[in-house]
Amino acid sequence: MKQLSGFLRSDGRKGIRNRVAVAYLVECAHHVAREIAWPNRAEAHVIGFPGCFPNQYAQGMMERLCTHPNVGAVLLVSLGCESFNRFQLESVIRESGRPVETLVIQRSGGTAATIAKGQAWIDARLEELATAKRVPMDVSELVVGTVCGGSDGTSGISGNPAAGRAFDRLVEAGAACIFEETGELIGCEEIMAERAVTPELADILRASVAKAARYYATLGYGSFAAGNADGGLTTIEEKSLGAYAKSGQSQISGLIKPGDIPPKGGLYLMDVVPDGEVRFGFPNISDNAEIVEMMASGAHMTLFVTGRGSVVGSALAPVIKIAANPEMYERLSADMDVNAGRIIKGEASVDQVGQEIYDLVLNVAAGEKSCSEAMGHAEFILTYKSFEPIGPACLPA
Amino acid sequence: MSQTDRRLLLLSPDDNVLVVRAPIGAGEPIRVEGLELPLNNAVSMGHKLARRAILAGEPVVKYGAVIGTASADIPQGAHVHTHNVRSNYTATHTLEEARAAYEIANEVGKT
Repeated sequence: MKQLSGFLRSDGRKGIRNRVAVAYLVECAHHVAREIAWPNRAEAHVIGFPGCFPNQYAQGMMERLCTHPNVGAVLLVSLGCESFNRFQLESVIRESGRPVETLVIQRSGGTAATIAKGQAWIDARLEELATAKRVPMDVSELVVGTVCGGSDGTSGISGNPAAGRAFDRLVEAGAACIFEETGELIGCEEIMAERAVTPELADILRASVAKAARYYATLGYGSFAAGNADGGLTTIEEKSLGAYAKSGQSQISGLIKPGDIPPKGGLYLMDVVPDGEVRFGFPNISDNAEIVEMMASGAHMTLFVTGRGSVVGSALAPVIKIAANPEMYERLSADMDVNAGRIIKGEASVDQVGQEIYDLVLNVAAGEKSCSEAMGHAEFILTYKSFEPIGPACLPA
Repeated sequence: MSQTDRRLLLLSPDDNVLVVRAPIGAGEPIRVEGLELPLNNAVSMGHKLARRAILAGEPVVKYGAVIGTASADIPQGAHVHTHNVRSNYTATHTLEEARAAYEIANEVGKT
């Protein structure tokens, strides 16, 4: 096994990458940010928030993402008149010890001049980051998320249980693992609650799924895309039971919300459905919104199980793609890191594929690029939400 | 000899559906619980067939858990999907009608 090493940050966390984040603070600055990052797009990733109205959730998410352990420097790109609190964001990043600069397009001479300034800043930072020292890192210092997307009837019997086995191994080794989408756990609330470390947490887990069921019922659609049905999934509860298998068998140590960092190793459920009345639309409008929330809670990488064949990656933190469906694997093999479809064909056991995923997690942590990462996928999306803070019973000692 | 086709997978003993683990063509014979049955329509990997007759209003069980309610009587061996099962939570959205209308309008053969 490769010895892991990471980039030590001032908060004690370690990164498995040393990226520059180029963050636009309103959609109006998106093009300029993209142009700034483009020549160095393998190392400089664009993230941002498109809205011009202020939002506490988005502010918190951007603060977490800009101080993510995989981020070594941050360039903020502001149009100048948006409501985003760039002053606070810049202060948080500066206090974390990272190099940070804010370019305001309206005061920097417009598009071309801002792009030139930004590119020069990035070039200088990349030169510094290239000499950054790595320190030894243990598996127990990893935070790994899991999502599924483009699910079909194979996901729940191959890719998701195999990802669950890998999660069991990681939790055993002391890592923090996060699973999510309470809207895709509808129908699993009782069996999931039995795995909570305390009765109080069990109630909280049940309540989080009930909240999701109410929320989606109000919106009129479940977390269920047309392609899920093409792939043989009939109802949201069927999709949920398959998705639930990603969580493995470990006890559930706590419930977190996007941006909460797991306080220690263990398995955590992320509650992604906003609190309060239904506002701002669907909780997570596409798969990358979930990956972004995993990163905001410190995930170094995300395991992504897909049946229909999602090709996305992510800015800042690698995505490991696990193909559940062997027919899809044949069509999209260059996009897939792991072929869990072999389980359906009877060519591998769930344990064997779980072991393969676990080994790959360590290799990617050690610097090996995942398929989506090597192909330059760096998707990112962040939209409006609102949450109440979690209570003490969500994270039992 | 196995009572059920190798192409069909029983996930949990209480299930009343079987999961299709390899595509099966329309008209192909399948063996379900010892009975040889014809399959009326082609089904692709990941879809479900009825392990036994399921009456309208009965729960549909997979992974040993309820995944919805039969909205029509389902004969043994028949395809179990959105046309004969509804969610007990939120209705399922599909593009079936839009795709069918598009294919008729554009004379596209089903792939």
